[in-house]
Amino acid sequence: MTIRISARRRTLAVAASGAALALSLTACADTGDGDGGTGDGGDDAAGFEIDCAPYEEFGDLDGTTVTVYTTIVDPEGATQQASYDPFEACTGVTIEYEASREMEAQLPVRVQAGNPPDIAILPQPGLLNTLVTQYDAVLPAPPQVEANVDEGWHESWKGYGTVDGTFYAAPLGSNVKSFVWYSPAAFEEGGYEVPETWDDLLALTQQIVDDTGGEIKPWCAGVESGDATGWPATDWIEDVVLRTAGVDVYDQWYKHEIPFNDPQIVEAFDAAGEILKNPDYVNGGLGGVDSIATTPWTDAGYPILDGNCYLHRAANFYQTQWPEGTTVAEDGDVFAFYLPAETTDEKPTLVAGEFIGAFNDRPEVQAFQTYLSSADWANAKAAATPNGGWVSANYGLDPELLATDFDKASAAVLADPATVARFDGSDLMPSEVGAGTFWAGMTEWFARDLSSQEVADQIENSWP
Amino acid sequence: MTTQSAGAAATAGGTAVTETRGTTRVSPGLTERARKAKARLTSPWASAIAVIIAVLWTIPTVGLLVTSFRPELDIRRSGWWTVFGDAFAGEPVFSMRNYETALFESSTDLISFFVNSFVITLPAVVIPITIALLAAYGFAWIDFRGRDILFVAVFALQIIPIQITLIPLLRTYVQGGINGSYWTIWLSHSIFALPLAIFLLHNFMKDIPRSLVEAARVDGAGHVKIFFQVVMPLLTPAIAAFGIFQFLWVWNDLLVALVMGSPDTFPLTVRVAEMAGSRGGDWHVLSSGAFISMVVPLIVFLSLQRYFVRGLLAGSVKG
Repeated sequence: MTIRISARRRTLAVAASGAALALSLTACADTGDGDGGTGDGGDDAAGFEIDCAPYEEFGDLDGTTVTVYTTIVDPEGATQQASYDPFEACTGVTIEYEASREMEAQLPVRVQAGNPPDIAILPQPGLLNTLVTQYDAVLPAPPQVEANVDEGWHESWKGYGTVDGTFYAAPLGSNVKSFVWYSPAAFEEGGYEVPETWDDLLALTQQIVDDTGGEIKPWCAGVESGDATGWPATDWIEDVVLRTAGVDVYDQWYKHEIPFNDPQIVEAFDAAGEILKNPDYVNGGLGGVDSIATTPWTDAGYPILDGNCYLHRAANFYQTQWPEGTTVAEDGDVFAFYLPAETTDEKPTLVAGEFIGAFNDRPEVQAFQTYLSSADWANAKAAATPNGGWVSANYGLDPELLATDFDKASAAVLADPATVARFDGSDLMPSEVGAGTFWAGMTEWFARDLSSQEVADQIENSWP
Repeated sequence: MTTQSAGAAATAGGTAVTETRGTTRVSPGLTERARKAKARLTSPWASAIAVIIAVLWTIPTVGLLVTSFRPELDIRRSGWWTVFGDAFAGEPVFSMRNYETALFESSTDLISFFVNSFVITLPAVVIPITIALLAAYGFAWIDFRGRDILFVAVFALQIIPIQITLIPLLRTYVQGGINGSYWTIWLSHSIFALPLAIFLLHNFMKDIPRSLVEAARVDGAGHVKIFFQVVMPLLTPAIAAFGIFQFLWVWNDLLVALVMGSPDTFPLTVRVAEMAGSRGGDWHVLSSGAFISMVVPLIVFLSLQRYFVRGLLAGSVKG
């Protein structure tokens, strides 16, 4: 049995419920609007003054908006935003800052959907490469930016922001990765000196083992980092390649002009393994060799504070990972020395950094790009970072503005004429390797105790 | 839970019939079945197993709760279960520090994210349920050509992974000019929820005895009247059950909010995800952040959970 209602009545009923729905939704939208938002960053460093002249040529920008998308979330995000204040004061441009830890995955999605930000702070050159070659989305840097970079940065940095001969992205900040963290007090107590060469470092390690009767493992390390587990170990290997095989081999290696499992690279793996896979040397306060794979990299240096560990190789940004109340100073709880090379004449240094990609060429976007690539920004950022943990390889950076002694030490390493800076190789390799099999291979090197040759072969086979 | 509610339905249905319709004779077989079901369900073994499962399933949550009250260094150095020993030894093991960090020490206040979560969740629950009710009624009680094929087609949409729809959907929103508003998130959640909602509500609706609907028609009721006065009251538990599921899913959603949203519309989950800091160094705050965002779904679930176990057709003529 069926009873049909007339078509007219059916339409009416649907229309009525549709209208009711729309009404209730509008009501909801009204309550939602005007709320939310991400607020502003810290205002603690707004006082820094810059010269506004370079931005006049872009015309009257007052009232315009530039959107920035980045991985730098709070608390670093607040100081990042504060460093934009002088530009906003000069031009009247509003910078809309959006930070997300998932930015590296989200940015290609937004680009493909036709909704890119004006400016993205790219955490590694590999992402720039992907955006340029696969999506053709990033715009070449305007001449003002290029002039700033030519003036303020070493040409190698410009090279990392260049894809196929076109310069796209100016470098923003720099990280210095070749550091070993230690406790000055523990060193003084043991009568240890900061080592000057790689051999000194190994001798010091052995001495600590002997002095403590083998009870203390001198090194602590950890590579767990969520879905990026393994990356701290890739830095280790890169640092050792720079030291045992040399800068030239390093360049050939990340460009794949020599295979990943080249004997010189395997040798570097073994040299790193002399420390990292030696059960007498690791893993101070944390367990055996395999515990390196499972210890969060953020916590791996903490045994230094308890005296269970003496040495922890980590980048300059590890400074902000120490627990609250830790003094980072040459006479404080912890400090870091340059990871020594074979000789003292040359200082190969592993660095990394962010780059500024632009997806729009409106004048206010170009003006902001120009500001970010200038020495003025570097100095404003230094002034806006009261707790430190930030440094730049920009020549125009005034080291006196840096907040902590350690940041000044980092800047000194970057400025040292003996320093030969090389960018983090895993960031430059194709992402299948540099953000994939290299990480996984290093994790297995510890967790499954694979040999250096096996790991290198495995990574070489995965090279696209 | 399924067996339980079915059993409850059977018993409730049985008693209700005897009470409200004294004239109807209840078959002895049904009472017998109901008694058997009751006996089976109240076995001490079943209770013991249920308790064990409940405890096992609660352990991770308890661990998270304990962790969220521990000081940073303790979290990093030892497992949450060690607090019991330490507390016994008289050491101070708890602190509110993580909650202070999560709630107040940020340039963005948590309140606006809470508001966003509500503004996103309520319409994202109401829209799909409203549409699905209408659609399910159509599929269940209105005969039209191609009904079965259309119904299978709608349900088949369920197998499409939402990940592959993200970029095309977002592109459509950008072209439509609604990008960055709450509409993108409401629409997305509705789209993703509809196939399952229609399927579930359709099945519940199909369970309503045909005679009931036909009786209403004979009495002269149109589809609108049948829908609101006959079907809807019977479906309340089903609607509540699906509503709770949808509420929890939307409240806990990170993917859709992150991809479709903008800084103005980000809910609490996005904020919690950012709490770990740029390099993940502040992960100890996550446990307290997770608990803050769990409070609302917990309240919703606890206050509405009786709908999960209440019989589907309690009080009707089923049987």
